[in-house]
Amino acid sequence: MKTIFKSLLAITVVSLVLSSCGNEGSSKKGALSSSAAEKVYVAPGEHDEFYAFVSGGFSGQLAVYGLPSGRLFKVIPVFSVDAEKAYGFNEETKPMLNTSHGFIPWDDSHHPDISQTNGELDGRYVFINGNNTPRIAKIDLTTFETTEIIEVPNSAGNHSSSFVTENTEYVVAGTRFSIPYPQKDMPINEYKGNFKGALTFISVNPEDGRMDIKFQLMMPGFNYDLSHPGRGDSHGWFFFSTYNTEEANSLLEVNASQNDKDFIAAINWKKIEEYVNNGGGTKAPANYAHNVYDEHTHTATSTMKKEVLIVNPSEVPGAIYFMPTPKSPHGCDVDPSGEYIVGSGKLAAELTIHSFSKMIKAIEEEKFDGEAYGIPILQYEATLAGAVKQPGLGPLHTEFDGQGNAYTTFFISSEVVKWKLGTWEVIDRKPTYYSVGHLMIPGGNSRKPFGKYVLAMNKITKDRYLPTGPEVTQSAQLYDITGEKMELLLDFPVIGEPHYAAGIPADLIKVNSKKIFRLEENKHEYVTKTEAEAKVVRNGNQVHIYMTMIRSHFAPDNIEGIQVGDEVFFHVTNLEQDYDVPHGIAMIGAQTSELLIMPGQTETFKWFPKQVGVWPFYCTDFCSALHQEMQGYVRVSPKGSNVPITFTLDGDAVDAE
Amino acid sequence: MKKNNLIFSLLTVVAIFITSCSGGEKKQEVTGAHTEVVSEGLGQSAVEDNVSAANALQVAKSLDDFKTLVVAIEAAGVEDALVNVGPLTVFAPVNSAFDKLPEGTVATLLLPESKAQLAFILTNHVAPANYPIKQLKKEAKKGRKLYMASGKYLVVENKEDGIYVDGTKILKTVKVSNGWIHVIDNVLVPVE
Repeated sequence: MKTIFKSLLAITVVSLVLSSCGNEGSSKKGALSSSAAEKVYVAPGEHDEFYAFVSGGFSGQLAVYGLPSGRLFKVIPVFSVDAEKAYGFNEETKPMLNTSHGFIPWDDSHHPDISQTNGELDGRYVFINGNNTPRIAKIDLTTFETTEIIEVPNSAGNHSSSFVTENTEYVVAGTRFSIPYPQKDMPINEYKGNFKGALTFISVNPEDGRMDIKFQLMMPGFNYDLSHPGRGDSHGWFFFSTYNTEEANSLLEVNASQNDKDFIAAINWKKIEEYVNNGGGTKAPANYAHNVYDEHTHTATSTMKKEVLIVNPSEVPGAIYFMPTPKSPHGCDVDPSGEYIVGSGKLAAELTIHSFSKMIKAIEEEKFDGEAYGIPILQYEATLAGAVKQPGLGPLHTEFDGQGNAYTTFFISSEVVKWKLGTWEVIDRKPTYYSVGHLMIPGGNSRKPFGKYVLAMNKITKDRYLPTGPEVTQSAQLYDITGEKMELLLDFPVIGEPHYAAGIPADLIKVNSKKIFRLEENKHEYVTKTEAEAKVVRNGNQVHIYMTMIRSHFAPDNIEGIQVGDEVFFHVTNLEQDYDVPHGIAMIGAQTSELLIMPGQTETFKWFPKQVGVWPFYCTDFCSALHQEMQGYVRVSPKGSNVPITFTLDGDAVDAE
Repeated sequence: MKKNNLIFSLLTVVAIFITSCSGGEKKQEVTGAHTEVVSEGLGQSAVEDNVSAANALQVAKSLDDFKTLVVAIEAAGVEDALVNVGPLTVFAPVNSAFDKLPEGTVATLLLPESKAQLAFILTNHVAPANYPIKQLKKEAKKGRKLYMASGKYLVVENKEDGIYVDGTKILKTVKVSNGWIHVIDNVLVPVE
């Protein structure tokens, strides 16, 4: 009843407002912009409709925004150390950044993709690739934390990654740079015919999401740029764009632009999977890191793996074909039906659309136009579904709205172009500010896009915001795509470089978001579950401090008996079991970051005291009304001093009654 | 109460819109109305959370012993403070404690015009601090008084049969997510 009453009241309000102002009209120019403002306005306390996971590019991170508001909620550290969350600084997460090259504290994060079931977004994980030191990471969408990173061996410039198949059977990682396989000392100019490009299929365990390299396909030494999975009828296939089929090794801007057409490689991964499952492929020595973060021990482990299964294309006839595609294609995008594969030749005057059904027919009829390294090249006309003529300059990436329309970005002409699948006619074009790279429609890489908004990510902003010296912000722009014409709604700054993004309706994720970690489920090796169990233990020059934190004190908070030259471990457990009550801890002179510890969690940092004295530590997160009182002291004595180890709270033992 | 507020605001909006369109000079009022509608929101006590341990208000509401106390908390409008991150130590009088007050006191305190006085009395039951029994014993031993949210100090004593605050015995203690509830059988009326 009350609801009805309220609705009636609301309707009355609206009609009164409308009628009271109706005669004046609204011819003012401001009317349009105010409607854009209303469309992106999310009132205080209200939630956004979509999550957008926007890659941080060379920041190595993944940022979480809300759409349509463009509000930033979290920057998830993935491939780069992050002082805010102690990622890569605390003892628990350091193993996450281990690689065959040692501890690598940075990477270039590029293409997030959300896990799928039956071709639709399921909101369990986001995968993202590290370009530089090839890695694939998995972010758990209950904790919004990076929980697994697997290094990709025999790869260099892990760019055509990390896209998932329809049921997240695989997350796929293709190399941009081809390299000698196996790696060896050889002249660079002997590249042609000798370098290889590895396409890596990483299986994802349906139960726990655990990643494992199933096989690596050793392709010819081209550059593999982007990739997307087939879906629907084309499920079981994966498509990779290539450039530098010239196999140039220098001045690629000229030498890799010689061929009129490069290829989109079509890979029947189901066929190769079957081959591998029947014992096919060759086990080859390798050395790559597999890093896993355990939510119960709150600790990551790094394991070096020593073997990888290699498959050469010639071993599996009929599994790999090349579709000629004009001029160094970048985007390689599959429409929701799985029938169309859109190739965006960076230098091409048109967009090329291949047809999956025509491709299958061409294969059956053996409509080949030669071969490359034993891989059949299909006749261009035989797979061609159509082309979008004169669409713009510098096409990069296409996504789909699920209503029969496609949206392609054009870097050089700085625009998003809407066109129709099947008729290939351009319907609308809107400028971006400026030089757009990728774009994203929530679910745009799935059978079921949520075609309400498109988010365009720009490489250059120049005068669009308040200037901040030579380095200015990068940006994303949100367009409403519910009408025939696109409407620019919002222009917001993002952490750089916003390379690519994945979006999903908020309702698919937010109910699963974890609030706290259960203290009773904490299996950390150095957990302290009550104040009475807090202690300080010396073992040679190593000192382990088992410390607790609760509003608004540490236990213990006075520690004596530490000596210069000790290696001091602070193992700190947050005893809170209340949502959004983290505590932090920082120690003067510690060569790490602070720790930010969630309720029920344990984290560890190391401190090497170098100077005699009494040194403070304190809570870094404004936890409570008495946050500023949350502090303690450590007494550091000279090496060899006879000051005994003691630890107290309020002048008494921590377990004093 | 909140529903009435909402209706009132909406009516205000209507009224202002009507007047605003009758002439160009009422612009300021439109802005004012807009702000009022937007800032309308529920406090922290409205946060839905079935995962965290229960906070002081949730625990009080769940127990029949605190029916009167909860009515008083709501009348005084201090719900949000009791769910705050704190830390808080609440000396919570049971229903019978209120019965001990002079006749008519509770009814008077629950009148809208007594809101400030009621809030003052309630804040005299809350220490912005983390005082488990163990710590209260220490406070008694070390002769430290408890500073209450009312600005007053309470004396804590460690007697043979238990801990006393302001001469009232602590009957029971409940750990809550944002501190502690110590159950007492007297209302701690602040002395001027």
